[in-house]
Amino acid sequence: MQDMLVLIEPVIPALRRYARALLHNSTAADDLVQDSLERAISAWGQRRADGDVKSWLFTILHNLAMNSFTQARRRGEHISLEEADPSAFARDAPQENGLRHRELVNALAQLPDDQRSVILLVSVEGLSYAQTAKVLAVPVGTVMSRLSRGRERLATLLKADSGGQAAHRSAPHLRRVI
Amino acid sequence: MTAVRPILEDDLQAYVDGELDAGRRAEVEAYLEGQPDVARRVAEFVAHRAELQAAFGPIAHETVPVELSVARLIADRRKASAYPGWASMAAAVAMLVVGAGAGWYGRGAFEPRLVGVVALAQEASASFATYASDHSRPVEVEAGDSEGLLSWISNRLKRPVTVPDLTSSGYRFMGGRIVATTHGPAAMLMYDDDRGSRLVMLMRPMREQFVPMSDQSADGVAGFAWAQNSMGYSLTGDIAPSVLHPIANEARRQADKI
Repeated sequence: MQDMLVLIEPVIPALRRYARALLHNSTAADDLVQDSLERAISAWGQRRADGDVKSWLFTILHNLAMNSFTQARRRGEHISLEEADPSAFARDAPQENGLRHRELVNALAQLPDDQRSVILLVSVEGLSYAQTAKVLAVPVGTVMSRLSRGRERLATLLKADSGGQAAHRSAPHLRRVI
Repeated sequence: MTAVRPILEDDLQAYVDGELDAGRRAEVEAYLEGQPDVARRVAEFVAHRAELQAAFGPIAHETVPVELSVARLIADRRKASAYPGWASMAAAVAMLVVGAGAGWYGRGAFEPRLVGVVALAQEASASFATYASDHSRPVEVEAGDSEGLLSWISNRLKRPVTVPDLTSSGYRFMGGRIVATTHGPAAMLMYDDDRGSRLVMLMRPMREQFVPMSDQSADGVAGFAWAQNSMGYSLTGDIAPSVLHPIANEARRQADKI
């Protein structure tokens, strides 16, 4: 039990961050993390003792998130940014960066799930390409090509976003939340 | 003579993420120097990576809610089977106790906290604002005692440090000091030119081994930040970013030789 505590606890802040970046909602994100932790605790004995706990925890959380996306889509629900609460951002994000953060979150939300996950795991969570490949259960080459396509697309979306300031204000999904 | 392997798209991504070894990284950098269009695209990726880290990074510094306490989840799991009634009571008590404390411990979570080279650039900008404008005592140890300064800095940063020589860009080394940052001690080095324009270089150890250089200019102050060999560097000055950029490149080139 002690090693479970020592190995899992340090990863929790990063799991919360990844969950929130995927779900845009802090309550739903923490519920997802809790669900992941409960599964990790009950499956602790089944994991490979020499395995990397961080990628293992990210794998559990990632799969739960993707399953819930699939189910929501099957039910015809649309997870839109309209429903995103202000807590999609870090609570302590400096105010002046709020609008830019919203642009980033908005652009990320428009990426396909697989590209968004790769960008978040590599750029924000600092996972190596090998760890990311493990979490997503794909070859490293696939991680690289998703990363390349995702970054290209993100750049295009951000360019379009900051292109017209007027378009900003009229677009309802860019409603500024303080 | 061995021919350089062609630079692939994967190399560019790995460059952005600091996943290349030093040899390949140098080859990519040399390639980018001759390909301004590709270099611009890569610089954009690097900037977006830093922005994403700045946007989401602070979430990991928030106080973790009590529902996510591993010890509690383990205890709940055990009790749930044996004493279903007690488990929820114990949880309620735990919530009360932690809730009372959270008001106090939660304070820190609402203060701005940045990460990575974005944080470093801001610290450099703060040092620039405080010390570069100081006419009586901008540095604590002057360039004349470089040896004393370097041993002081190396001791505090717990690693050997050298001073970049920027004379080829017209900037003379004035001296430096140790400054405080929220990420621990940092070394501040100051330079000036014949017209009295000053540059500040801030260096401190970083968790990331290598982060490509990104433009962190803000509020009229130019800044470029990067990390190499787990040391973060941020060069700041009251000059045009296009003028500061090659000087930062020169400092990075010299640090590579340490």
